Amino acid sequence: MSRLYEGLLEALRLIISFDPDLLTIVLLSLRVSITAILLATLIGVPIGTLLGLKEEKKTGFFNKIIFTFMGMPPVVAGLIIFLILSRQGPLGVLGLLYTPSAMIIAQVFLASPIVIGLTMVGIRAKGGEIEETARSLGAGSALAAWTVVKESRYAILGAVITGFSRVVAEVGAVMIVGGNIEGHTRVMTTAIVLETRKGNFELAIGLGIILLMISFIVNSVLYTIQKGGKKN
Amino acid sequence: MKAVRKIYDEEVLYINELILTKGCIYGVIGPSGAGKSTLLRIINMLTDQSSGEILYNGEPAPKNGLGKLTLQRNMALVFQKTLLFKDTVWNNIAYGLKARGFNKKEIEIRVNSLLDQIGMTELASRRAETLSGGEAQRVAIARAVAFEPEILLLDEPTANLDPGNIELIEEMIIKMARDKAITVIMVTHNVFQAKRIADQVIFINQGKIVEMGPTEKIFSKPDNESTRLFVEGKMVY
Repeated sequence: MSRLYEGLLEALRLIISFDPDLLTIVLLSLRVSITAILLATLIGVPIGTLLGLKEEKKTGFFNKIIFTFMGMPPVVAGLIIFLILSRQGPLGVLGLLYTPSAMIIAQVFLASPIVIGLTMVGIRAKGGEIEETARSLGAGSALAAWTVVKESRYAILGAVITGFSRVVAEVGAVMIVGGNIEGHTRVMTTAIVLETRKGNFELAIGLGIILLMISFIVNSVLYTIQKGGKKN
Repeated sequence: MKAVRKIYDEEVLYINELILTKGCIYGVIGPSGAGKSTLLRIINMLTDQSSGEILYNGEPAPKNGLGKLTLQRNMALVFQKTLLFKDTVWNNIAYGLKARGFNKKEIEIRVNSLLDQIGMTELASRRAETLSGGEAQRVAIARAVAFEPEILLLDEPTANLDPGNIELIEEMIIKMARDKAITVIMVTHNVFQAKRIADQVIFINQGKIVEMGPTEKIFSKPDNESTRLFVEGKMVY
């Protein structure tokens, strides 16, 4: 118990003093995960919208694939991206393995199905009705699709935030493709694993607190948005 | 419309021939599931007919592309369940005008004039989600007529509204149809509403037009026995 208490105190000191090691890890984590979720949004929202506007029976096969990938274990995602980026892999020539870019690719791979799947479900709830209303008022295909996205913004934001929560907290994929190299590819989750193994609990607890704070902020934003959406 | 047929699992609509005249208000009546809403959706090209031909001003309706969009832009459909966009009342009414590329000044003139006509000038900046059912339906109709369509399609526009709002909306429809020579096709389950506002009544049953004629004739001397029973308030199946 005292170890936990001492670790907590030291962790708070590291956070308050903006410890350079801790700061480097946190900033890299945020850079990787925010870039990944932005890319996943660019990929996932248009695909999710298109699928959501199609009749469910016509997209049955895609639904199964997407829902399977939504629950993909991060280590499996990491393994697939590792094999693609490794020297013998199809994209090995790019030399991306053990770089932040490889970690971003792995997180995009994990987050995209979540953004696609939840956007699709959100659009399916009312998208057809919105699209018909837009078309009945003279909107062409592009404007009708944009109107559907705009009207489903709360569901889409929920999808994006859920995707972000998933990638910022995952450890398996970034560990495999990033390698947990200090100052280069070490992020919060991989650092927590390493520091715990080393018995260096202060830094691990400090990073854990920051991760929890990020999760709290992200979920508070999601809750507020959804509450606003329901009120409207 | 000539020999227009719509089949889902079974045939839900078959219109042997239907000719509509510009500027006329049509009341489409019939029991639930008769095919009234399907008829509106086919006219608005939101649903394709399974077979048959639709002519607009004597020309066959294009099935896709710019021709279809151009034709669709001459019409507007107000659904029974009003869906206003999560935006202000003003932006909702302006939607169809923006879709057609009207300039800013023209949009302002038309939207403000319509807000005045529906008595909602003070509510211009209100969020549409906060309107009452009657207010929302008034906005939906104003949004549909803002771009002055040639054909206005209304699917039970006053269902679930109180008598005050029903009267207001009926007045709006008649005024807009007369002032702008808009052809109105209104589906209603309320035969008395059809009697109040329609020039011509179309009685549909089991996917077919049973009878069509001037409102007065349909209500006083219909040719068909089932029409008589229906307008007298007796169920026809």
